[in-house]
Amino acid sequence: MAFYVVQFLTGLASAASLFLVASGLSIIFGVTRIVNFAHGAFYMIGAYIAFTLTDRFSGAFGFWGGIVMAALAVALIGLLVEMVLLRRIYHVPELFQLLATFGLTLMVQDLVVLIWGPDDLVGRRAPGFKGAVDFFGQAIPSYDLFLIVLGPVVLGVLWLLFQRTRWGVLVRAATQDRDMVAALGVNQKWLFTSVFAVGVFLAALGGALQIPRDAVHHAMDLRIIVEVFVVVVIGGLGSIVGAFVAAVLVSELNAFGILIFPKISIILVFLVMAVVLIVRPWGLFGKPEAAARRTPGLTVNPWRPLTQNERLAALAGLIVAATLPLFAGNYALTVASEIAIFVIFAVSLHFLMAVGGLASFGHAAYFGLGTYGIAFLAKMAGLPMIVCLLLGPLMGLAGAAVFGFFAVQLSGVYFAMLTLAFAQIVWSIAFQWVSVTGGDNGILGLWPEKWAASPSHFYWLALGVAALVTIALRIAVFSPFGYALRATRDSLLRSEAIGINAKRMQWTAFVIAGTTAGVGGALFAYLKGSVFPDNLGISLSVDALVMVLLGGVETVSGAVIGAIVYKALNIWLVSQTDLSKLVLGGFIVLIVVVFPKGIVGTLEMLLQRKRSVSPPGSTLLAKPIESAE
Amino acid sequence: MRSRNTFVGAAFALLVGGMAQSVMAQEIKIGEINSYSLLPAFTEPYRKGWQLAVEEINAAGGINGKKLVVVSKDDSGKPADAQTAANELVSSEGVAMLAGTFLSNIGLAVSDFANQKKVFFLAAEPLTDAITWSKGNKYTFRLRPSNYMQAAMLVEAASKLPAKRWATIAPNYEYGQSAVAVFKKLMSEKRPDIQWVDEQWPPQGKIDAGPVVQAVAAANPEAILNVTFGADLVKLVREGNTRGLFKDRSVVSFLTGEPEYLDPLKEETPEGWIVTGYPWYSIKTPEHDAFLKAYQAKYNDYPRLGSIVGYQTIKSAAAILAKANSTDPEKLIAAAEGLSVPSPLGEITFRKIDHQSTLGAFVGKTALKDGKGVMVDSAYKKGADYLPSDAEVEKMRPKD
Amino acid sequence: MSVAPTLLAVEGLTKSYGGIHAVRGVSFQLRAGEILALIGPNGAGKSTCFDMLNGQNRPDSGHVRLLGEEITGRKPREIWRLGVGRTFQITATFATMTVRENVQVALISHEQRLFNLVGSAAKVARDEAGRLLELVGMGGYADRPCGELAYGDLKRLELAVALANQPKLLLMDEPTAGMAPRERVDLMRLTATIAREKSIGVLFTEHDMDVVFEHADRIIVLNRGTLIAEGSPEEVRGNPQVQAVYLGEGLVYDARHREGASA
Repeated sequence: MAFYVVQFLTGLASAASLFLVASGLSIIFGVTRIVNFAHGAFYMIGAYIAFTLTDRFSGAFGFWGGIVMAALAVALIGLLVEMVLLRRIYHVPELFQLLATFGLTLMVQDLVVLIWGPDDLVGRRAPGFKGAVDFFGQAIPSYDLFLIVLGPVVLGVLWLLFQRTRWGVLVRAATQDRDMVAALGVNQKWLFTSVFAVGVFLAALGGALQIPRDAVHHAMDLRIIVEVFVVVVIGGLGSIVGAFVAAVLVSELNAFGILIFPKISIILVFLVMAVVLIVRPWGLFGKPEAAARRTPGLTVNPWRPLTQNERLAALAGLIVAATLPLFAGNYALTVASEIAIFVIFAVSLHFLMAVGGLASFGHAAYFGLGTYGIAFLAKMAGLPMIVCLLLGPLMGLAGAAVFGFFAVQLSGVYFAMLTLAFAQIVWSIAFQWVSVTGGDNGILGLWPEKWAASPSHFYWLALGVAALVTIALRIAVFSPFGYALRATRDSLLRSEAIGINAKRMQWTAFVIAGTTAGVGGALFAYLKGSVFPDNLGISLSVDALVMVLLGGVETVSGAVIGAIVYKALNIWLVSQTDLSKLVLGGFIVLIVVVFPKGIVGTLEMLLQRKRSVSPPGSTLLAKPIESAE
Repeated sequence: MRSRNTFVGAAFALLVGGMAQSVMAQEIKIGEINSYSLLPAFTEPYRKGWQLAVEEINAAGGINGKKLVVVSKDDSGKPADAQTAANELVSSEGVAMLAGTFLSNIGLAVSDFANQKKVFFLAAEPLTDAITWSKGNKYTFRLRPSNYMQAAMLVEAASKLPAKRWATIAPNYEYGQSAVAVFKKLMSEKRPDIQWVDEQWPPQGKIDAGPVVQAVAAANPEAILNVTFGADLVKLVREGNTRGLFKDRSVVSFLTGEPEYLDPLKEETPEGWIVTGYPWYSIKTPEHDAFLKAYQAKYNDYPRLGSIVGYQTIKSAAAILAKANSTDPEKLIAAAEGLSVPSPLGEITFRKIDHQSTLGAFVGKTALKDGKGVMVDSAYKKGADYLPSDAEVEKMRPKD
Repeated sequence: MSVAPTLLAVEGLTKSYGGIHAVRGVSFQLRAGEILALIGPNGAGKSTCFDMLNGQNRPDSGHVRLLGEEITGRKPREIWRLGVGRTFQITATFATMTVRENVQVALISHEQRLFNLVGSAAKVARDEAGRLLELVGMGGYADRPCGELAYGDLKRLELAVALANQPKLLLMDEPTAGMAPRERVDLMRLTATIAREKSIGVLFTEHDMDVVFEHADRIIVLNRGTLIAEGSPEEVRGNPQVQAVYLGEGLVYDARHREGASA
């Protein structure tokens, strides 16, 4: 019995830090609607700075003072980030802010190594909380007891802050209805900045408090961010109490999960999140998301098919691309094939996002299922390449059909998180079920048959499929289905009122996107000759998002350009420098600020402005906060 | 070391790189790939090691009079990126052979690439047994002692322990799973009397150490096998120390004696663990003294295991190139098979049967000295003594 | 003159939220070609009532029948397929499409071509869309982006969209809200003309009594969720209960209405 009590208490202690970080994320989202991907980065910087301070200043005062100072210092960094970067981009589509914070995360990962060096750092133990307390023969670390008390205390302080101060009332009001707060004449600039700083403070405090238990290293951010997203979503976005309950739930699930299912504890959390979202689409304590209002200045020029001249230009571009093997070497051709494959992957997600308005955070699942489809068909069934290429994507289709059915029941951030959960489940299976998938050692030896083996042949194959897929999806965009799908994105109310079953349209779109991603994955398996769980991983899903946003989510085929630019830059940077993340992150941040509509979107806007005398997009440059609803 | 071209210039190079393969006649290039951005803690010392080797080789007149150049690429920790890098090295840089890699999956990806493109590959650090056995191929050689060899070295010591009740803690992925499987198999062969009372499989990089420690303690084992490393190990050790998990229990642990893993633990270092590792401070052989002196003189830092591996990878590669006196992969293979080369840890041989080198490892006990973790009572175990019989190897390894 | 068949029959419609009765036992009928106004002060339950008719909201009890067929609690899209068009108090249109495309989407849905992935949507019922836009006086705006339209034009576009499935019944929630006075009159005249021509039943809610009294054939009055009066404009205007509810406002409306009529 004592054992279970102690296990429970251990879970509670883990929950404390998780809660701190999650509550910060939740508050920031509630008020600013920013899905702050950099939250894990702030957590990590908090731990690093706390390590330095507690290392330099001795004694109890040095330790606790160092922890608080670290959190305050990071809050200051957060303040600067908000004022210098985020303030410029409140008016752009929500996902673009995610992209900016993702860029920051990449930069921070390299920066901490530059500043603190590559080694894992082990911080001091907390003065006064070094040992353990005996509980019927079981040892409970006293620092755990401290954390167990700290969690509810922070919850209480936050509660008082929100209930008893004017600032808190404003934050709560803004979480419910931002327009109302704007109407009350509140200085939104100040409110957003302060909320962001408080959220970052909580994240950094959560990180700083880890140093007596954990090692400080440059991958801490990714380790926590996914779990924090899970907590926030289970609890309900914007709900502090929800974050607390969910943090406890997730931590206890981990603590007891390892006793019952030692091998699948990682999947368990995502399974629970998926179930919670399916049963309670807004999390345990969340409220239905207010229908997303269209941001002013966002009126898109209606899409139209290419004109005859533009078609000829596109065809000319394709022909030029097809002549690459005449003058490029094998390496350039292989890189070009990879880019072509990522064009397929990106346009598949673009279709879902741009036309369906559904931002999937787990699109790599279907790409990866396509690669594993090839692996199973070619290695185990021994089918010829052409058959594999045709059948492999069906794995993507099957996955998308099952997961998509549940995912389209939700929308917005919750949709994104459910797709993420599904992708993580698939990834975990591939990573941990070694006997079937080979685990992270993957499945090797999937090289293309002779007819496609030479780099130029494979390049033509990839280019041809990429062109076909892009054209097919463009046709779909302008087909009756495409219009009806776009209708559900523009106005769910209206589309339902004219007989459109939105869920079925979205589900179909999800399956189309998933299958198309599977096509990309199938080619990728042959390009690399091997399949690894990475092909299903979060970083690949994020890559796809970045490519779409970089191209311009309000365009018809911007993802093509986004994929080419991002992938080429990525490959080049990785080849040229160890600091590719720093440069790439900086590039992404720059793009978000300079091209808020993505590369293609911004170009289109400039062209449009040139054509028409009265530009509709001038609000873009107007004071961003005021127009941020 | 890395060219800082302008973007335009490099984009152009990317495009036409394949055309202009101007390998200077007086240079021999080795293409080197590793996870520099993902695992800097391990790859930085490794890089220093091979840079020292390059310097020494060229100072001694290069390879048969030609200057040795190592072109190094980052793989960002992803097999797919590693293949892109391998491709660039082979197609654009025209390297004579590939070398490097740390993670098993990346080692396997590059090995498969080498097999497909018929390029010589000397894997430096990946531990997986598959790379020389079940997925072994003609073009791939491996330097570092494998998972199996490390397990066999540990089992030799562990089987002498009186403990009968054993628990295991290992990261839940291929490396952890196969380490546990091999250890259990070899251990049970030597000690049929032991019992496996608990196994914990924390997700790699995401250990929830408190509950894991509690759960293991609840099974009340007499000895524990640990396979976790890096940040997971730190968390496990800290929780285990606080909760008294390691008190009066024997612990056998993979790799923990390597400075890369032991040094961060500082005063938290648990005492008396039986580990494999690299106690650079207590190795007293002329070969190692020479290496240590050169390394410390160049970098004003002490070597990690990665330094040895990096150093020896390039030294071995150079020896293979020198013996083959050609860049033809078939000749390189012929030269490498059975080749013996000196190393800071004594002479090693690349076995013909499975292309595994006989580089060994040190087995010893952890101890705390002046607030730092060290290995004591350590002894060098020659790799050759911890490999299965040739018949068994032949059974596992696919025919070329 | 033969009596037109009963198009919409509402019987004992009830809905409450957390103990508060929003709508209590509301019953009324609507004949084909008839224009029926649903009025009442703010919070009388008009919108709740409205949303239950086209399936946006599910009643606690009661029945809604369209041409005798039970449609209570069915989904808006199913009710639309039975021939019920709807406009919203705050316009709901497809902002990223042109005006014509907005109508075409409704026509695509009407023609059951939603899952056609290869055709060109631009070619679907282009002429029909043009006709509908002409009908509501938006013919000249067909290629304009919908997002650029003035509010009054959006309301007219909504009407065109609502007419796309050749509805038997039009449900219009405050069709003239947010429009200039001149536009209001124009839009309702247009609606009335179309409705009478095509024998469409129209149920609308409205705050502007000018619009109500000029165009409604019949008026029903809702107060605190209950139906308190029903009859011709004159009958309703004279109803003391209605006058009480509107606290004399009705007289003001009445007077202004006369002024408006004489102007």
